[in-house]
Amino acid sequence: MTALVPPAAPLPGRTRELRRQVRAFIADELAADRLAPRCDSWHVGWDEAFSRRLGARGWLGMTIPVAYGGHGRSALDRYVVTEELLAAGAPVAAHWIADRQTAPSLLRYGTEEQKRRYLPAIARGECYVALGLSEPDAGSDLAGVRTRAVQVPGGWELTGTKVWTTGGHNATVIIVLARSAPPDGRNRRAGLSQFIVTMPDPAVRVRPIRLLSGEHHFNEVVLDSVFVPDTMVLGAPGDGWRQVTAELAFERSGPERFLSTFPLLDALVTELRRRLADAGETAEADQAATRLGETAARIWTLRQLSLAVAGALARGEAPEVAAALVKDLGTRLESEIIEVARQLAPVEADPTASGLPGVLAEAVMNAPGFTLRGGTNEILRGVVARALGLR
Amino acid sequence: MDAATAGKPGQEADGELRLLAETCDGLMRDRGDESAGPWDEALWRELEQAGLTLISVGETAGGSGGSLAQAAVVIRAAGRHAARVPLAETCLLGGWLLAEAGATIPTGPVVAVAAETGGADGFTVARAAGCWRARGRLPRVGWGGVAERVVALTNVDGAETAVIFGPGDFAVEPGRNVAGEPRDRLIVDAALDQAAVAPVGRGTGAELRRRAALGRVLLIAGALDQALELTIRYAGQREQFGRPLGRFQAVQHQIAELAAETAAVRAAADAALGQCAEDGFADPGSSFAVAAAKVQAGRGATVGARIAHQVHGALGFTEEHRLRLSTTRLWAWRDEAGSPADWAAELGRRLLAGDAAPWPVITGGD
Repeated sequence: MTALVPPAAPLPGRTRELRRQVRAFIADELAADRLAPRCDSWHVGWDEAFSRRLGARGWLGMTIPVAYGGHGRSALDRYVVTEELLAAGAPVAAHWIADRQTAPSLLRYGTEEQKRRYLPAIARGECYVALGLSEPDAGSDLAGVRTRAVQVPGGWELTGTKVWTTGGHNATVIIVLARSAPPDGRNRRAGLSQFIVTMPDPAVRVRPIRLLSGEHHFNEVVLDSVFVPDTMVLGAPGDGWRQVTAELAFERSGPERFLSTFPLLDALVTELRRRLADAGETAEADQAATRLGETAARIWTLRQLSLAVAGALARGEAPEVAAALVKDLGTRLESEIIEVARQLAPVEADPTASGLPGVLAEAVMNAPGFTLRGGTNEILRGVVARALGLR
Repeated sequence: MDAATAGKPGQEADGELRLLAETCDGLMRDRGDESAGPWDEALWRELEQAGLTLISVGETAGGSGGSLAQAAVVIRAAGRHAARVPLAETCLLGGWLLAEAGATIPTGPVVAVAAETGGADGFTVARAAGCWRARGRLPRVGWGGVAERVVALTNVDGAETAVIFGPGDFAVEPGRNVAGEPRDRLIVDAALDQAAVAPVGRGTGAELRRRAALGRVLLIAGALDQALELTIRYAGQREQFGRPLGRFQAVQHQIAELAAETAAVRAAADAALGQCAEDGFADPGSSFAVAAAKVQAGRGATVGARIAHQVHGALGFTEEHRLRLSTTRLWAWRDEAGSPADWAAELGRRLLAGDAAPWPVITGGD
């Protein structure tokens, strides 16, 4: 039972200076109109120039060893930079997957050639990765992927269709999960492999799947006999499932799982200050303070839980259950912040407006994704139930 | 116990805390028999002998020494096992406040309260012929009727002052919380000597309030651990439609949510405790942390008790079943030491005051 939450891991004191630097950078970006805070900025905020500016400051690929163009810093340093950028609604989508997932994955499973080719570019903010995971018939049930990898002289040929591929239309690399061998009896997780596809590739067709907001972030990626040389297989053939799932604790417990609507909370506070400035001590002010305080308490708590998981990850542990809990609690909180804003500052959401109506619209229209991406909350509760011995 | 090493997160300290938790479990487990009333004096004596009732209170003041982290382990165990003893009250509040006042710490329970001074029933302290006269009513004093000492924190001549008295100085009108724990009204009318009225440092009242809240958070964390464990066990044993309840996905998801709320309260408790131990209770980051943790604990208590009962079905709704020992305490403790709404309003006002953005306030001194 004590394993439910890793022990609290206070951030080392040295991260204070780093945090100060990131805040100063964000203030400069805001002042120069290079940053417009957006909700869900790690999904919708694609800005390659911003990514390169972060890279120039040494804030991408922070945990990549210096020998591969990284900065050899700790995961907690990276955590601090990441949470500051997300809280500010900064456009981090372009480098997001490369920095969060691909770099650790390459370090763990990549060949020397792959590391030399991609890691320095990731640290510079010039490598943008999309993940080819889900398919029309394989969503939560990822082991059901049908994209085939057939061995040909010198490499593999990939054929199949991927969907919900975030950023696939702008990516420089798509990492595709494909079936390279039939299932081992009833074990469908066997026989899957990961392939690095360099974009653009004439045999890869990328078509938009527009979100309900009309925005283009998701794609359908059709692979039509795409050749991938042996040198671009990621990890060992057949190990794809293990490789994909090993990084889930990183993916599920980060600050992006409870900060996607923080820019909305920020705008709400500004609006409430304006509205309550003349009102003084009123019942309305009390009610607003209480609802706001409840929300802040939960964000604070999620951050502590997320930090505890980050501390455990930095120690080399794999706190899978705690990570799943962060995502389940945190993503629901992200949506509830919308309800708090609607209750306390009754403005009508307007996607064309700036300020509160604009970020509210952005939050409302992106909210369905919060509890779906990276494993639906129902899947996560199943993970927790299994760990608790219920199934 | 060495406060210097015990307070630091590290392998040795972790091992030491685990051992302490095991000791506490051994002493407090399965003491649920309430036939002897709401006060388990025998358990209290055992805890006292083990030096656990005044943990974190300095040895020079008559406490047992040790860290706040160690006190937290003991209090969480008391919450987990529904121990019918005023542990949080004594080590975190009463013992601490006596030490602050430079007073002798007796054996037996010590409780501390912030005394309201206004109104007809308000608590007053006045000089009278070489001594002090304390009068007034103190509502809902936890374990007041069994306390060896009561420390009322009040204002005398504009200074925060501890007023210390004992069982002979007040009459008791018994009251209870929904868990059956004593929450007594004390009717005080006492002549006290000079030493019983002691000025304390500025900010002691604010610290008392935060310590009381932190104590409830730790108790709630322990009670939620127990409610979760009982729920998992029951869902694994109870069969309906030919399979254990825990095999039904709808039930699994309920229990996963209970686990999530339990984990959240645990993380909040750990973080608030760590912050207070590191920076002191007066630090702005600590005050934010305690308030946030109390709000979260209030939510966790509500959601947790609801789910635990839903999964236990009618059986958990009976007097016979031990689940109620945890859930009635969750219902009581969530509203004690400041309701979640009170603490949330305090947090909210802080966020709305001034012109600082909310994020630096939430991240505090990090």
